[in-house]
Amino acid sequence: MRLWAENLGCRRGGRDVLHGIDLSLSSGETLLVTGRNGAGKSTLLRLLAGLLQPSAGRIGLDGGQPDTEIGEQAHYLGHQDAQKPSLTVSENLAFWIACYGGSGDPMAALEAVGLGSLADLPAAYLSAGQRRRLSLARLIAIARPLWLLDEPTAALDSQAQAQLAAIMQTHLAGGGLIVAATHAPIGVTDSRILEIGPPADGAAYATAGVP
Amino acid sequence: MKAMRTALTALILRDMKLAVRVGGGAFIAALFFLIVVALVPFAVGPDLALLSRIGPAILWLGALLASLLTLDRLIAVDAEDGSLDLIGMSGVPLELALTAKALAHWLTTGLPLVVLSPVLALLLNVELAAMPALALTLLAGTPALTFIGLIGAGLAVALRRGGVLLAVLVLPLTIPVLIFGVAAAQAAIVGPAPFGPPFTILCALSLASFVLAPVAAAAAIRHGMD
Repeated sequence: MRLWAENLGCRRGGRDVLHGIDLSLSSGETLLVTGRNGAGKSTLLRLLAGLLQPSAGRIGLDGGQPDTEIGEQAHYLGHQDAQKPSLTVSENLAFWIACYGGSGDPMAALEAVGLGSLADLPAAYLSAGQRRRLSLARLIAIARPLWLLDEPTAALDSQAQAQLAAIMQTHLAGGGLIVAATHAPIGVTDSRILEIGPPADGAAYATAGVP
Repeated sequence: MKAMRTALTALILRDMKLAVRVGGGAFIAALFFLIVVALVPFAVGPDLALLSRIGPAILWLGALLASLLTLDRLIAVDAEDGSLDLIGMSGVPLELALTAKALAHWLTTGLPLVVLSPVLALLLNVELAAMPALALTLLAGTPALTFIGLIGAGLAVALRRGGVLLAVLVLPLTIPVLIFGVAAAQAAIVGPAPFGPPFTILCALSLASFVLAPVAAAAAIRHGMD
């Protein structure tokens, strides 16, 4: 399976946020998207997820399911956690499993991220780090090949970061792909880096393609 | 196909759960309806003939305002917490997901109003014999209120403004529903015009909005994704 993008550009609010991005990523590989605040890291992830439309360029996923959008073969972990405070932890997860048509086991996924004992607690009582773990449980419970992670380590303690690294290694070993926007190392060995350049004369540009 | 049915059922059940739990809108809408209707006899005074004449109109206005009360958060909540993004990536067409959300909204706000209406009709001096017909018009017409409101809820997300804008956008669109709803109810209570024609048009309005509103709301949301 190969994820690729050619000459990708995106205009938002009349400004070129991204311009001329090329990337290519195969099964078992990780791409770390780095760059300053506002360089367009989150925009790139949302483009790949199909949540934004590119103003230029093309995106493709070779070897995936035919006639299926990339977004429908991907997990997106954004800054918003998509959890309802009045539902319990397990209800939140069970909803997403059903919504994604999956037959995953919510309890096993909650155990894997260390939330097993909190399954019946309303999500309103979770801390920021625990909410992040609940979002990660969604990635484990529903099998999708491409993971798009926006600051995956945010709010996680060191133990949870180690857990996250292990979860990602398992995903990669199973032939998965990961694109992560991050400032900090996320604990995955052999990752490639795409640095999105700072805006110069008002327009962002890519300083380097894939090394 | 089965996966999509599972997804839509899950969406309806989740929205219904959210509506009846803490912070949900189901009881608020019913209470608001109760209060609006209960206030009218105090406002117009103890003229029973007048009350029974304006009773259906008051019930319909109450239902309209009550369903509007919870509509502005219908999609905005999901847009703000990122749920809408994930629903968009689930493979379920946005139109169907919005239809499911609107159905859940109607089941938790519209249907309780229909059930409550005979009780409230007592306050407005509506004859006992006319109550089933009055409830029937609400049953046929409140889906139209929810689905027309869905368009406004979609626009509120796209324009990132809720609340007042929604009321201003939606209320004019509900005028046909109000006209034929009240006409059917009046026909059932005082006559002499037949009940059939306005009631059938009311049903048609509900069915048309059921088909058209999700498409319009989805188009608004897609356009607003920037």
